[in-house]
Amino acid sequence: MTVKPDYARPLDIKQGRVDMSHGSGGRAMAQLITELFAGAFDNEYLSQGNDGALLPQATGRLVMATDSHVVSPLFFAGGDIGSLSVHGTINDVAMMGARPLYLSASFILEEGFLLSDLKRIVESMAQASRVAGVPIVTGDTKVVERGKGDGVFITTTGIGVLRDDLRLSGDQAMPGDKILLSGTLGDHGMAILSQREGLSFSAPIVSDSTALHGLVAAMLDSGAKLRVLRDPTRGGLATALNEIAKQSGVGMMLHESAIAVNPPVEAACEFLGLDPLYVANEGKLVAICAPEDAQRLLAVMRAHPLAVAASIIGEVLEDAQGFVQLTTRMGGRRVVDWLAGEQLPRIC
Amino acid sequence: MKYVDEFRDGELAKNIVSNIAREVDPKSVYRLMEFCGGHTHAISRYGLVDLLPANVRMIHGPGCPVCVLPVGRIDQAIRLAREQGVILCTYADTLRVPASNNLSLMRARAQGSDVRMVYSTQDVLKIAREHPDREVVFLAIGFETTTPPTAVAVKQAAFEDLKNFSILCDHVLTPAAMHAILKVSGGVALDGFVGPAHVSTIIGSKPYEPFAEDYGKPVVIAGFEPLDVMQAILMLIRQINAGRAVVENEFIRAVTREGNLKAQELVAEVFELRDTFEWRGLGSVPDSALKLRSKFAPFDAELKFNVEYVAVPDNKACECATILRGQKRPQECKIFGTVCTPENPVGSCMVSSEGACAAHYGYGRFREVA
Repeated sequence: MTVKPDYARPLDIKQGRVDMSHGSGGRAMAQLITELFAGAFDNEYLSQGNDGALLPQATGRLVMATDSHVVSPLFFAGGDIGSLSVHGTINDVAMMGARPLYLSASFILEEGFLLSDLKRIVESMAQASRVAGVPIVTGDTKVVERGKGDGVFITTTGIGVLRDDLRLSGDQAMPGDKILLSGTLGDHGMAILSQREGLSFSAPIVSDSTALHGLVAAMLDSGAKLRVLRDPTRGGLATALNEIAKQSGVGMMLHESAIAVNPPVEAACEFLGLDPLYVANEGKLVAICAPEDAQRLLAVMRAHPLAVAASIIGEVLEDAQGFVQLTTRMGGRRVVDWLAGEQLPRIC
Repeated sequence: MKYVDEFRDGELAKNIVSNIAREVDPKSVYRLMEFCGGHTHAISRYGLVDLLPANVRMIHGPGCPVCVLPVGRIDQAIRLAREQGVILCTYADTLRVPASNNLSLMRARAQGSDVRMVYSTQDVLKIAREHPDREVVFLAIGFETTTPPTAVAVKQAAFEDLKNFSILCDHVLTPAAMHAILKVSGGVALDGFVGPAHVSTIIGSKPYEPFAEDYGKPVVIAGFEPLDVMQAILMLIRQINAGRAVVENEFIRAVTREGNLKAQELVAEVFELRDTFEWRGLGSVPDSALKLRSKFAPFDAELKFNVEYVAVPDNKACECATILRGQKRPQECKIFGTVCTPENPVGSCMVSSEGACAAHYGYGRFREVA
């Protein structure tokens, strides 16, 4: 009998499913990594094939951020868990003012997960990473028994470098500063929620998931005195601004009429009793900058394709209580508070 | 957003604001109760108090479905979930209402009970169909707006012979609560009501006529959008200035005098009055709540399971009761914003965004500092 050296039947991507052997460290795992991950993510660091990636010397201070992704549904209008896991971590690095260089990706797969879905997710990640110019240089895969995961969880970690003269931080906002928002609110959260609840609108709601480091680079190049950058993800704009107000020991006054929400998102929020200020975004940023630079920064943002709908939405105030307030379109005033618990729909 | 943005128009609001400012009698005080939590929420969320003269005072009423449920009712649901192993389904905020022993339905869920949040009664029927081996109980709460969907579900369950579905019926009635407010001992000083929006689409404007005729209190039914509320306030001021007390309808795009007759028939077919029902804040109010008719007894969780209602006093420091009666404002409660916050509510008024305390904490508390 002749045995072909190194023969293994290729992965059955069409019909196959993840089983416990794919996480066992044996041949099946090696095959999964080679055929599914390595091919898609291909880059010189990953192909070193070692336990870690050896990276060249970087210049500048290092920034590191990590983010776990557990979204359901895994595929949604405007993206999937794969592209989201790339964008989310790149954005966290970018909000520090850093240039993202490398990503790691760690997968927790549930036994029984379709290999075809996994392939779709991995290819989407690879595509997002290529478009962003930030390679996935190392990774890990684990398999948990059926019922102990929700299909797939992905954790990504990013490393970037920061210019020596930059210091963006949540504690830098000063009374008088202007608050800028890069676009419409709530697109990601309502894309997910409307799909989960089976709501359909005349115009579908598409997630805004995207990598923002290009926009951030343009904003930094403008020379405007930036103090804080945040991406208002989970918890939305309200949460992001309350965090900054607390860190900086300031208050804020927002203007409702300057905050844009896409009509289908507004309708979906209305329908479910949600407030767009608290709904997640994955492709927006909020910037706080010195008042004299606000118009220049706004112009630079609006000239970038990812922030054409940018606007100045408010000012930083001196306020010992740290209230984030809003002047409503009606002309009244109210607090924009921290989210209490989950954002649940109202009853009647 | 068509049909909504028009009612949130800042320019139109200015007209109403200037009319109100011009027409109020500076020597009078106008004490207006918005009955519904939906109005409380709109007033707070749009900062409408800032647009009113100081002598027009809004008093928050008890029309918040989760606020008026006494602790004992939530306890009952928790006992069902914990001791009888049922799948307990209910609407959103109800999960967070504080109950006895530092529990809530949400905490019971964290401890292993099967408690599920639903958007509609149809979701509950679906769960019951999918789990024929489990008992599925719907904690049915709310005023007249949420009662017809419960009636539909009960009828559907009867039609399908769904034997594992039942309801814990805590549906309550708005006019009965308004009567109770006006009869509160010690009295609630008020000069008129902003009448319910969604409730009135079902019951119509007719049931409010006794408040105008017998008690001399003007009622203006208003929609839940900020312009609706402002317009209703203006209409109330005009009635008060003219010494009139009638029921007027600002919400003509949705409310008629007779209401939704089909929904009323449906509710009457499935439910009948309870002799009495305990409300948080208002105590036992006769003819103020509904129970299933005997024809639908197999779907009555109170008959099906051994879960007697046990009255439980509120936390002593909590002022929810006086706040629900309109006798105190949230900020007058000693534990408001300190011990009792939306993250750790002590009283039910701090739970729902329609609750007076949660609305004031979440939207209006900057006023306490100024």
